[in-house]
Amino acid sequence: MSNVVPETGGFFNRDRKWQPPAYFPDYKTTILRSPRKALLSLNNTLGEMTGPVFGHGIIGELDNDLINNFPGDGGAAIGQRIIVHGRVLDERNRPVPGALVEVWQANASGRYRHRNEGYQAPLDPNFGGCGRVITDDDGAYSFLTIKPGAYPWPNGVNDWRPAHIHFSIFGHGFAQRLITQMYFEGDPMIWNCPIVRSIPDDDGIRQLTAALDMESTVPMDCLAYKFDVVLRGRRSTPFENRLEGN
Amino acid sequence: MAQRLGYLKESPSQTAGPYVHIGCTPNFCGIEGIFPVDLGASMVNDKTRGERITVTGRIFDGFDAPLRDALVEIWQADCNGLYNSPSETRGSADPNFTGWGRSPTDLESGVYAFETIKPGRVPFYDGRLQAPHITFWIVARGINIGLHTRMYFGDEAAANAEDPLLARVEHKVRVPTLIAPREGDTYTFDIRLQGENETIFLDI
Repeated sequence: MSNVVPETGGFFNRDRKWQPPAYFPDYKTTILRSPRKALLSLNNTLGEMTGPVFGHGIIGELDNDLINNFPGDGGAAIGQRIIVHGRVLDERNRPVPGALVEVWQANASGRYRHRNEGYQAPLDPNFGGCGRVITDDDGAYSFLTIKPGAYPWPNGVNDWRPAHIHFSIFGHGFAQRLITQMYFEGDPMIWNCPIVRSIPDDDGIRQLTAALDMESTVPMDCLAYKFDVVLRGRRSTPFENRLEGN
Repeated sequence: MAQRLGYLKESPSQTAGPYVHIGCTPNFCGIEGIFPVDLGASMVNDKTRGERITVTGRIFDGFDAPLRDALVEIWQADCNGLYNSPSETRGSADPNFTGWGRSPTDLESGVYAFETIKPGRVPFYDGRLQAPHITFWIVARGINIGLHTRMYFGDEAAANAEDPLLARVEHKVRVPTLIAPREGDTYTFDIRLQGENETIFLDI
């Protein structure tokens, strides 16, 4: 963990016009799962400004190696080998050290290891599909995996998800809790996907698109993609917690 | 033109999708051997202080069907109202209580459940005491951005009546959507995403 004194201020308001709306009918499942009444807006309380912290002690040696952490028949996962790396930052462009990053994804043929999964593409006996890592003092993380395949999903008659990796991130306060997805530079299916299109601003979609990073590849071994995640920023504390009206 | 402030934008949220278990509770969905346990499966141990309770319920969609592929996370203070977090400056929380739990909804019944303790009272940002409560965060397929809400306790009527957050609810008829009735040691907190009794969700 970092030696930096923990911050205790409230978080910046979430920009609801930048975030995808709850109700987005092109993504049909949102129709019955979206709250329709106004959210109750209010400042952070201690329950949002604090949050659980996960020590590096929970992380096993292969937790960030999805190619080798599920050796079903003793081998490595099939697929194009990639490093995914980046930093967890906040809206002030400061690193978020000690952030828990959990990832999950389909295998190289676009199939998830899950009992509700019905796609005919085969499972890879050596690919479980999950990993996790805790950011270092600079907010940096990296993991080794295979590039997931695209896959069809029952929404429109012929909708396909672009290749993606799911990210779940814990920052320092529960208000920062975020789940998102990482897409791959140059994938034309990004712009056809209703889930992606729920993001109102094209710059937001670009923000979720990892860049091919040739400087971080390992020659003759694996390609690399760089993906930074930005969590809500935090106010400084001197003017926090005043009585209303002061 | 003026100088740029230089702030970044928060990464847009995307749905957790139908297979959130693979990443967040892999052992629950049969992916064993990668992580020894699912994080958040246990919040208490033998030494945890406070009254032991069970918090359980289901999440209903706009057609009153329970979500069977959701993930629920909770975050709460210990029995003295302190959070087990580096950002907690008021004192040291019970080291035997994590304060954080994670439960998938059952793949058949849609029931989530937490074995926890009843939290103490925590001050609001203006110093007034809040009623005991548990913060909830819900993600699932079809939920584009995680939903924040709170559970209050049905047997805390006096505290609930003076709670500053509940006081901010304009339509008082909606307040009961945040209050879980108690039966024995179990509080049942059902969450409704839509409809007449839509749960109050927070932009916080």
